[in-house]
Amino acid sequence: MSIMLTRPRAAIRTLRRPRIGVGLAVIFLALALTAALRPSLLAGDPLAADPLHVLEAPSALHWFGTDQLGRDVFFRVVHGARHSLVISVAAIGISVGVGILIGLTAGLGHRVADEALSRSVDALSAFPLILLALLFIAIAGIGTTSLIVAIGVALVPHFARVVRAQTFVVRRAAYVTHAVSFGTSKTRLVVRHVLPNVLGPVPVLAVIGLGEAILLAAGLSFLGMGPQPPSPEWGAMISESRGYLHIAWWASILPGAVVTATIISLTVTGRFLQRRFEGRETV
Amino acid sequence: MTRAILRRVGAGALVLWAAATAAYLALLAAPGDIVDTIIGDGADTPVIRAQIIREWHLDSPPVVQYLGYLARAVTGDLGRSYLLQRPVAEVIGGQLAPTLRLAAAAAVFGLLLALVLAVAARRPWVRRLSSTAELVVVSTPPFLIGIVLLSLFSFRLGWFPVSGDRTVAALVLPAITMGLPIAGTLAQVLRDGLDRALDEPFAVTARARGLRESAVLVRHALRHALLPAVTMLGWSFGVLVAGTVIIENVYGRPGLGQVTLQAVSGGDMPVVLAVVVLSAAAFVLINTCADLAYLIIDPRLRRS
Repeated sequence: MSIMLTRPRAAIRTLRRPRIGVGLAVIFLALALTAALRPSLLAGDPLAADPLHVLEAPSALHWFGTDQLGRDVFFRVVHGARHSLVISVAAIGISVGVGILIGLTAGLGHRVADEALSRSVDALSAFPLILLALLFIAIAGIGTTSLIVAIGVALVPHFARVVRAQTFVVRRAAYVTHAVSFGTSKTRLVVRHVLPNVLGPVPVLAVIGLGEAILLAAGLSFLGMGPQPPSPEWGAMISESRGYLHIAWWASILPGAVVTATIISLTVTGRFLQRRFEGRETV
Repeated sequence: MTRAILRRVGAGALVLWAAATAAYLALLAAPGDIVDTIIGDGADTPVIRAQIIREWHLDSPPVVQYLGYLARAVTGDLGRSYLLQRPVAEVIGGQLAPTLRLAAAAAVFGLLLALVLAVAARRPWVRRLSSTAELVVVSTPPFLIGIVLLSLFSFRLGWFPVSGDRTVAALVLPAITMGLPIAGTLAQVLRDGLDRALDEPFAVTARARGLRESAVLVRHALRHALLPAVTMLGWSFGVLVAGTVIIENVYGRPGLGQVTLQAVSGGDMPVVLAVVVLSAAAFVLINTCADLAYLIIDPRLRRS
């Protein structure tokens, strides 16, 4: 009889999730991107009401059924992709831009500046995102722009942290110290030598961040803080239809399933890219 | 030990001051006249305007305004809601109980589920199943989890009431909805912690002494796995706060989340600011407690 003292860790490690998941995720994202850029390829009019066919169950004609005004739910979901794409990409754009700025300043600046910035970022990241976004919306007013800026600010810490950490590594690298001894100007040093080399992990992080932005945006517009009805934004749509949940579950749950599938696809793709290009598991 | 505690309490006070100041700056940064911002959608009469100017010291220099605001915050005076015509403390205090009940139930449910999942994940098939489930739960908007549960258990099966908070049964679905994302993330952290702890030399020693695997797990590994989970306390609090806003809305429950939403859409700034500052305070309190719990769980940290 053999007694197992250490557990077979390696065996568990090799139990990676199958690649099929990544394939499905990429296909789904391609579809979602098509829906966002050219919705007419996949669906008809999202606003066409049909009072004779209200709250019909999913069928071959209406894949996701119809809602309380007889609008085709699938068409609305397809057209809603653009809202989610615009909101999340714009928000992540803000997070990346501000995050890089803060990260570089903290990483290259004086110790006091670094301490102040890092503590602020810590506090920001610890604070409930949704409350931060709501505070912002309360001040700036309800609307898509406020929503974008609110989400953008809320997600800054992700990027600021990584860029700061990278900057600490890069600024000690030989090519940077050499450039300094060649008398390179400070601006040139940052733009030519530091910046390109700290950006490595940012794209992958942005992909995962997109998922988070979509999650937050859907939640906030579900609460009525984003695009207003009849705009087919996902969260707003679900909120509009939930009053009919007891007779027509499809009108709110199927769009919700698409939101979830999008977020999962982004996460799975992001984690795959992380493994592939950075050789590390997600923390 | 005392110094370690004092340092953490001091850091907490600093974060609190920063949060209060940030909220104040946000109010100043709002476009338009500050009196208009504070009134929001409330009644706008000369008497009320004069009252606001007096209460917020708007006729004094900016430094006095700011210090007056801080002084009021420190003494627990949260100001007055001009939309609801009531003191903010009264508005918030009246709605605190249902929210705390919900948050507590959700936290207990989330923690228990996470523990069960992490311990059960010793079997490979459970591990695969639960890590997939975690991905799905963490990627699903909380309001959708709520809607699905509502549609299934309230409308289809009729087991739980659709809305309100009069009975204990009405607490079940909201608590599950709120606890699931917490369980999803905590389970991952606990599982990784258990994995690491079970590979440590002390686990080998315990096994060599002839302890059963379950005893090694419960008596030796769990304490180590709990450490990183305690770090997640502050994060869980964030999830709970975000949860109250959305879940109270989905389930039509009274509470702080509803108060916050109404304040945001009505532009009731005194209430919004109070909620932000109070959440920051609760957050600081929880994180300080987590840091102190760290010292209790892991004696190695007491020396530094």
